[in-house]
Order: sequence, then C-alpha cells, then structure tokens
Amino acid sequence: MAKRVGMEVALAVAEAVGQCNIDMAAVYPITPQSHIGEHLSDLVADGKIDAEFVTVESEHSAISAIIGASGTGARVYTATSSQGLMLMHEILPIASAMRLPLVMGIANRAVSGPLNILNDHSDIMPQRDSGWISIFVENGQEAIDVSIQAFKIAEHKDVNLPVCVNIDGFQLTHMVEPVEFPDQELVDKFLPPRVPFASLHPSNPVTMGAFAMSDYFTEILKAKDEALKNSKKTILAVWDEWAKMFGRTYKPVETYKADGAEILLLTMGSMGETAEIAIDELRAKGMAVGLVKLRLWRPFPFAEIKEVLKKAKKVLVTDRAVSFGGPGGPVCGEIKAALYNEAERPAIYSYIIGLGGRDVTVGDFTSMIDKVNREEVNTDTYEFLGVRE
Amino acid sequence: MNIVENFDLFAPRLINKKELLSGGHRACSGCGEVLAVRLMCKALGENTVIASATGCMEIVTSMYPTTAWEVPWIHVAFENAAAVASGVEAGLKALRRKGKIADCDIKVVGMAGDGGTMDIGMQALSGAMERGHDMLFVCFDNEAYMNTGIQRSSGTPMGASTTTAPAGKVSMGQKTWKKNMAEIMVAHNVPYVATACPSYPLDFIRKVEKAKKVKGPSYIHCFSVCPTGWRCPSDQTISLGRLAVETGIFPLYEVENGKYKLSAEMPKKLRPIKEYYKSQGRYRHLGEDEIKMIQDRVNKEYKKLLNKVQCLEAWS
Repeated sequence: MAKRVGMEVALAVAEAVGQCNIDMAAVYPITPQSHIGEHLSDLVADGKIDAEFVTVESEHSAISAIIGASGTGARVYTATSSQGLMLMHEILPIASAMRLPLVMGIANRAVSGPLNILNDHSDIMPQRDSGWISIFVENGQEAIDVSIQAFKIAEHKDVNLPVCVNIDGFQLTHMVEPVEFPDQELVDKFLPPRVPFASLHPSNPVTMGAFAMSDYFTEILKAKDEALKNSKKTILAVWDEWAKMFGRTYKPVETYKADGAEILLLTMGSMGETAEIAIDELRAKGMAVGLVKLRLWRPFPFAEIKEVLKKAKKVLVTDRAVSFGGPGGPVCGEIKAALYNEAERPAIYSYIIGLGGRDVTVGDFTSMIDKVNREEVNTDTYEFLGVRE
Repeated sequence: MNIVENFDLFAPRLINKKELLSGGHRACSGCGEVLAVRLMCKALGENTVIASATGCMEIVTSMYPTTAWEVPWIHVAFENAAAVASGVEAGLKALRRKGKIADCDIKVVGMAGDGGTMDIGMQALSGAMERGHDMLFVCFDNEAYMNTGIQRSSGTPMGASTTTAPAGKVSMGQKTWKKNMAEIMVAHNVPYVATACPSYPLDFIRKVEKAKKVKGPSYIHCFSVCPTGWRCPSDQTISLGRLAVETGIFPLYEVENGKYKLSAEMPKKLRPIKEYYKSQGRYRHLGEDEIKMIQDRVNKEYKKLLNKVQCLEAWS
C-alpha cells in the first residue's frame, strides 16, 4: 500500500528520483532548486540509492556531465533553476540532437535582471526551441509522478530525448504537501532498466556528437523535430499505463468545469489550483466560465488545445514570462497559432501575471475574467496584471 | 650501451601496431596535433573512451557520416570536454559497480586544444581535476585558436603574430606571456602531470602509458606544431617540436605526486631561441631587442624549473 506523507515538494522530488534506480546525477546548487540536489545527495550518502553523485562546478558542467554519463548507457538526472538553466542553454539542443535520454527537474524561477529568486516561467521559455520534452506540474503529487514518468518517456526506444519537469520554484518546491509515494515494487515494474540504443563502451566503439555540414544538417534537424512530435504517442501511452497502475490520470491539456463555458481561463503550472477556486466562485454566480490547464508544453498539444478551446467565445491566456518586443506572452502566441486555421475561433486575451514571484490571488483571476467578460481589454495587445505605471 | 640507446633500438617495436585513429581524416599536411592524437591512442589502447572538445581534432575526425575513431568517442561542445569526460567516468563507474556492464578497466580521456583547455575550458577542467575523477586530460597545445583562424589564446607565446594579436607598426604581436597550464594542474595536486611533444614519440607514449596507470586525475600538456598557424613549412613539424624543447621554450618534464623530474630528452645546454624562431612566419617581425627580452624570460623560467627539480629532490 502506498504511503501518504507530508513532505516538502523538493525533497519529495528527490525521493521520487531515488525510486528510479538512477546511476548518476550531477547537480549544482541554486535557489530554489537546492533542496532537490541536497536531498538526492542524502539518499546517496545513506546508501539508499546506488548512484554516482557528481558535485560539478557549474550548471554548464552538470548538463555536460549527465550527457557524458547518458552516453555510457547510465540513467541520469539533474535539477536546476533560472540562471542555472540559462547557463545550460548552449548544451540543451545538443542533448536532444544527440538523442540522449536525460531527466531534469526545473524549479522555475525568474531570470535576472534584476536579480530575483522567486517564481515565474522566464527561465524555461528561452529553452522552448531546444528540442526537449517539457512538462508542467501543478502540485507535489504531480511533481513526484511526472519525475518518475519522465525517465520512462525519455528512455523509450521511440523517444530517446531529454525531458524537463517544470516545478514552480517556492510556490511548489518549498511547500509541504500531503503526497503519496508509489510502492517501490510497482515503480520497478513500471520503469524497467534502461536499454540504450548505443553506448560508449570499447566492446562496440561508437562516435557520438559528430560534425555535420549543410549536406546532412537539415535532415538531422527534421529527424529531431519528428522525434519530438512523435514522442506524444509515447507520453500518452506512459500516462495511460500510469493511470492503470497508480490510479492518477495525466493529460496534455487538463480542464476544470470547461464544459459549456463561454469564457475559458488558461494557466500553466501551480497557479491552476488558485484559478480553480476563482472558477468555482464565478460559476456559483452563474457565469459560464471554465479553466484549461496546459501540462504538456513541448511537444505542443495542438489537437487537444483546439478541441478544448475552439467552442469558447473568449479565451484568457495567462503567461508568466514576457517575449519582449514581441507578442507579449509566449504561451498566448502559441495558442493563437494553434487556433488560426480554425473556422470558428474564440477571441483571445493575453495577460502577463505573477512575474518574479508576485502573488496572483483568487480575486486577481476573477477580476481578469470580469474585465474580459465586459470587454474592457483588447485582443490586439497584452496586459501586465496589476502593474504600477 | 646506455638506457636511451636501448630505447632507440627496441622500444619502437613495442608500440601498438593498431591504429585507433584511422587515416583519411581531414587534418592539414604536417599537422603535429593529429600525429600526437594518433600516438596517444596507440599508448592508450582499445579500452579507452575519449571525450573531445570542439576544435580542429573534432572537425577533422568526425565529419558526419564518417568517423576516424576506432575507440568510443564523444563530442558535446567547446568548453566542456572535461565535464563530459567526468560524466563518462562517473557513468561507467556506476554501471560497472552495479554489474550493468562488464567488469573491466576503461580509461576515460578528455582532450582539447589550448583554447578549449586554458581559456574557455579552464573551469570545467579545474572542476574535474579537483573532484578526482579517474581520467586523463590531454591538452594539444598549438598556441592559438587554429580552427577558427589563428586567433590568440592564453597559450599563444609572447611576440607571436596572430589574427587577433597581429604584429603591426606599433605592436609586436602577442603582448602577454604564455599561461603555464602544467603548473596550474600541478597546483591541483593531481597525481601525475607531464609535458610532452610528438617530436619525441617514445617519451610521449611512455607518459601517456604512465598516466593511464594512474588511479585518479592526470594531465598531459602536449606541444603540437601547427604549420598552418605558425606559418612554417609543413615538413618542419618534427624538427620545430625538437627545437622548442632544445631551446627550453617548451621543456619536457613530469610531476609525479608533486615531485618534478626533467625528461631524459632535455639537453645539458639550451640552444638559443633564435634558431627556433627563424623558420616561423609568426615571429618574422621580431627584432633583436624583443628576441633578447624573450630569451631572458625563457632562461629564467627554465632555471625556475630546474630549481624545482632540485629542491623537490632534496625534500623527498
């Protein structure tokens, strides 16, 4: 029987990774990720997991070292946040091009400047086009579940791609939540040992990370794009299997009271739970509103998003990052692109919220929806929620 | 018959006949670096995994869909060869301990040029050496960013003309002294540090073999003549490597557990650096005063090295 305990989410993530029989982890400290790395090193120090824990001198070396280890066929993990993720940026597309399975936990945090340690999504957004599978979680339980699922997805023979698990910094990582750890026996059944397609071993010498000019480059990039798009099938199959084994369901796009809603609010990450309360309040007042929670950021779930959004009259997209001098919110840009070719499509409103850890309350959500309802905001621009000008 | 003559007679026959860096790569004619890499592979043997930095050696050996490598080889980026190598080492160690791969010794080797070692790769190398991974790191030093077109690095010697530190009406080219990378590695207290040059193939092979046997981090700084970048005839690669050693510009020595030892190849009396400079276009602009200034420094540095050899001999 799975045990239900109260635990800080960062520690729970490390525990979950510890259940996955990893061989190697390389982590560099950064707030608010550090508790994941610290607890993982505790598990190694106490002999609870048999893995090499490499205390690298930077995040750049963390990602480089896990690529090297993944090349040997090892199951590998790292975790980071904000500036650390930005430092890794150069290496991220190389990892996906090399088709090496890696799992990375990201305690999402605002990117400097100005320096700020609190939560938003400005660290993951610049990594959008790196060719990684990118999944958002909403609470501690999801952080545990997706951290385990990520290994299975990454290492699947049809995928072989790196996966990042986005866990809102502080808002999630530092919360103590009631969580349930799956039984080790079931995790072992769910996640068999990795079978690498090639590995760095003298018994069969391979060349990894070769140099390619214009005669092959386009083909290699197209193959990566196909692999990432194709990974959705595996992601869905893994979530199906998880639901059957552990009773908790995961979908690329989750909905809450969205049936018959004329206005849909869209969130990504931990704010979904606050938004649910706002939806409850407005539904109680008789307003036809619902919530859409985007879980799978890459590969982007175009079909699911279209299906859920196209019948609404208005969609209010919230973004926790800014594409400066561009369309405003990067998520909103994607939603607009997904719906452009639909004959019937909703009006789309863009709000940028919760930057650098600024609170977004239930009242903020209800007032945003209220403004959209009364058409006090335009569809051709974007608003910074509560900004002092 | 002395020991050195013994070496000359018999040692070449003991060299691994197998080519682990195969021919058909795209290196320039007269490339001292690719020769050094080939010799290194012979010394390492088949139970080796190499992590290479971006640079000449990566470009000329791994043009997709071909490869010159007969040993497992990985390239990720420019500055992180040591970090990748440390990950490979950690991965293999864990898999071996857990019985997931065969229980045999595999030497992990990181390699980079002078830029990838001394400039952009310095942090990753320092970290890997400090953490004590069981790995060898070899810097193939051709004294500038040759792959990108002969730009200066911290490995470029004083007075050399490069494309970003060119000689001009008011400039003598490189205005800084070459970074002493081997000393920086010695300061990491790693068990084995050596300098080498493929112009002395047996010495280089012996040093690689020695480093291979070390359990823990080791470092070899390999002087690699680059005719393209040094503006010298490509048939002078070997003789220029010898001259660099014989003039004391690049002395050959080992530091084993902190103890300095001059290699047998070092002459009793150094030749003047002028002899080394004369066939290289990168030094063509230097006048007598400048050469004298550099000669003084070379003499001083060599004396410093000899002092270390003697002092540390006395201590032990």
